[in-house]
Amino acid sequence: MDMLDHIFSLLGASIRMATPLIFAAMAGIYSERSGVVDIGLEGKMLFGAFAAAVASFETGNPFLGLLAGIVICVLLSLMHGYASVKIRGDQVISGLAVNFLASGLTVTLGHAWYGQGGLTPALTNSQRFTGITLPGAEWLGAHVPVIGPFYEQVISGHNLLVYAAFAVVALTYRALFSTRFGLHLRATGEEPNAVDSAGISVAWVRYRAVLIAGVLCGFAGAYLSIAQNAAFQREMTSGRGYIALAAVIFGKWHPKGALGACLLFGFLQAMETRMQNVQIPMIGELPSQLFSAIPYIITVVLLAGFIGKAVAPKAIGVPYVKER
Amino acid sequence: MSQLAAVESPRWVRIGLIPLLQLVLALAVSSLVVLMIGEDPIRAFKIMIQGAISTEFGGLSNTLYYTTNFIFTGLAVAVASHAGLFNIGGEGQAYVGGLAVAIVCLALDSTLNVWLIAPLVVVGCAAFGAFWGVIPGYLQAKRGSHIVVTTIMFNFIAMAFMSYALVVWISPLGGNSTDSRYWAADAVLPKWHEMASSFGMNASFSLLNPVLLLALACCVLVWVLIWRTRLGYAIRTVGSNPHAATYAGINANRIIIITMAISGALAGMMAVNEVYAAQGRLILNFTSGFGFMGIAVALMGRNHPFGIVLASLLFGALYQGGTELQFEISSISPQMVLVIQGLVVFFTGALDRLVREPVESLFQRRAIVAANASTGVAK
Repeated sequence: MDMLDHIFSLLGASIRMATPLIFAAMAGIYSERSGVVDIGLEGKMLFGAFAAAVASFETGNPFLGLLAGIVICVLLSLMHGYASVKIRGDQVISGLAVNFLASGLTVTLGHAWYGQGGLTPALTNSQRFTGITLPGAEWLGAHVPVIGPFYEQVISGHNLLVYAAFAVVALTYRALFSTRFGLHLRATGEEPNAVDSAGISVAWVRYRAVLIAGVLCGFAGAYLSIAQNAAFQREMTSGRGYIALAAVIFGKWHPKGALGACLLFGFLQAMETRMQNVQIPMIGELPSQLFSAIPYIITVVLLAGFIGKAVAPKAIGVPYVKER
Repeated sequence: MSQLAAVESPRWVRIGLIPLLQLVLALAVSSLVVLMIGEDPIRAFKIMIQGAISTEFGGLSNTLYYTTNFIFTGLAVAVASHAGLFNIGGEGQAYVGGLAVAIVCLALDSTLNVWLIAPLVVVGCAAFGAFWGVIPGYLQAKRGSHIVVTTIMFNFIAMAFMSYALVVWISPLGGNSTDSRYWAADAVLPKWHEMASSFGMNASFSLLNPVLLLALACCVLVWVLIWRTRLGYAIRTVGSNPHAATYAGINANRIIIITMAISGALAGMMAVNEVYAAQGRLILNFTSGFGFMGIAVALMGRNHPFGIVLASLLFGALYQGGTELQFEISSISPQMVLVIQGLVVFFTGALDRLVREPVESLFQRRAIVAANASTGVAK
């Protein structure tokens, strides 16, 4: 049973690690499926985390914290959307600008307001999203073999945002493939000309896509600062936005695939901390850096077409010029 | 209005006035941030400028030291840009360049003197940087993976690899847990203040060193390469139209790979300044955003070596001024520089058209009016 406990706690940790990636990856899917490259996931998430921590600390209400994170990310999204859709600027550069701005502004404002080098004050449990024990978890864990502990440790005990992340994946799947908006969105990313000639505004579809991406990045950021942790730290996203981008590519711009990739990358992150000082027979200790590099390495390998092939939406990164 | 396209706005408008206006916009928005913190932006900029150009406390020479880094990473982005490639991987390429410094210095700094080691370090950094740049170049050219995504991934792979190399291989040879030992004093280039004092002049401590001259030489070489050689012509042709280039008998894939090697080599040479000459040892995450700064520098400098020198001076001054700022106004973090960097990238890169189109059409209209008046054609 000890071995099983080990595995279940590893799986539970994987899910917690995967959650911010899932939100950000779904954000990336909306944006990129509409044809707007989103390198700025990292920056939005970071600023969202900062806003959520500040608002939650000042108001004492984690839901207001979440709201603040969403609002800030939507504003950043609008900035990106304005540059990409209206000005028809370079989307990669615009996304990078968002990232630079976020890493500068969060520390600058945090330092000015709280004077702790960019750190926000620690949050109490009532100011955070804390774990929820699902009904019957303890009883099942104690009385039913295997399935019980699985339910108790892997399914139950997460905070609200973790469950929200999985709901978002289902919603994204439905929205993309079973709604009119989803059809328009996907068509805009492939053949904006066709969308335009059908009388649908390409700009409006893309604006909506980046706005949704903003909302989801707000969730991702809030999760980091007011659910998984209890404060904002400088550069606390530490590349998660880019890992989410890798997950979007790895999942071939599909919600299900991206979910799988996020869970895999979350699992690797959970392994990274657990594999320290663990000797593997014949190999010895695996370097922790290997685990942090794997998501990037396999994405490069996939993109190079060595295992399968990731094909991006056709019109991605190309500003749409309406014909006169 | 059809005349508009035929008339170009004057050169000084395109490469002088427009970037300047974009910079002013970026600084104006940055001032709003300073106001939001509750400080006086005029005073903040004054302190920054003083801190960046004062000779008393090594301000000016430290500005030039930062400038050196930015020239290398700016040139790296610019060269790739001329081939239509966006190399975001300067950070990783520079980081891996640092490994070359460590290998050369740790192996040879007790046996060779500075005259023999310095060229080895330069070649090593360029080679390692080129290696890290050429893989994404190859993958773009031969396997069709997008250079932007691959170079981003390579930055992170470099981070993981370098932290492993530092912790497991390099720091055990002396030094703390995440940095190497200092290189032997005889093997390192003298810093500017040391050279000045040996000539009897008095200069205060700074990290400025002769690698600045190498950076300037690279600017000249890049200018010659891009505008005066066959290869440069091929690079620019691939950049403006890869199909036409192929049709004209240029092997576009080969050019992409070569360009990325050159670009990576330039980024890698940043380590010559930072790791070999300035810090004198390899430190975890020594690149600290200098590689990304190259993007802002290249955008601001319009991918031209001369523009890059000016933009590097500007960002060097902002960096140095930013570090001085925290001593004077404690509520402003030195990270404020990142805000300015982000805004410069936004206004000169993403929102380029916002300023460019109205300003250019203003000058084009004036040129047309002047031309019509001189030839006597009625409107």
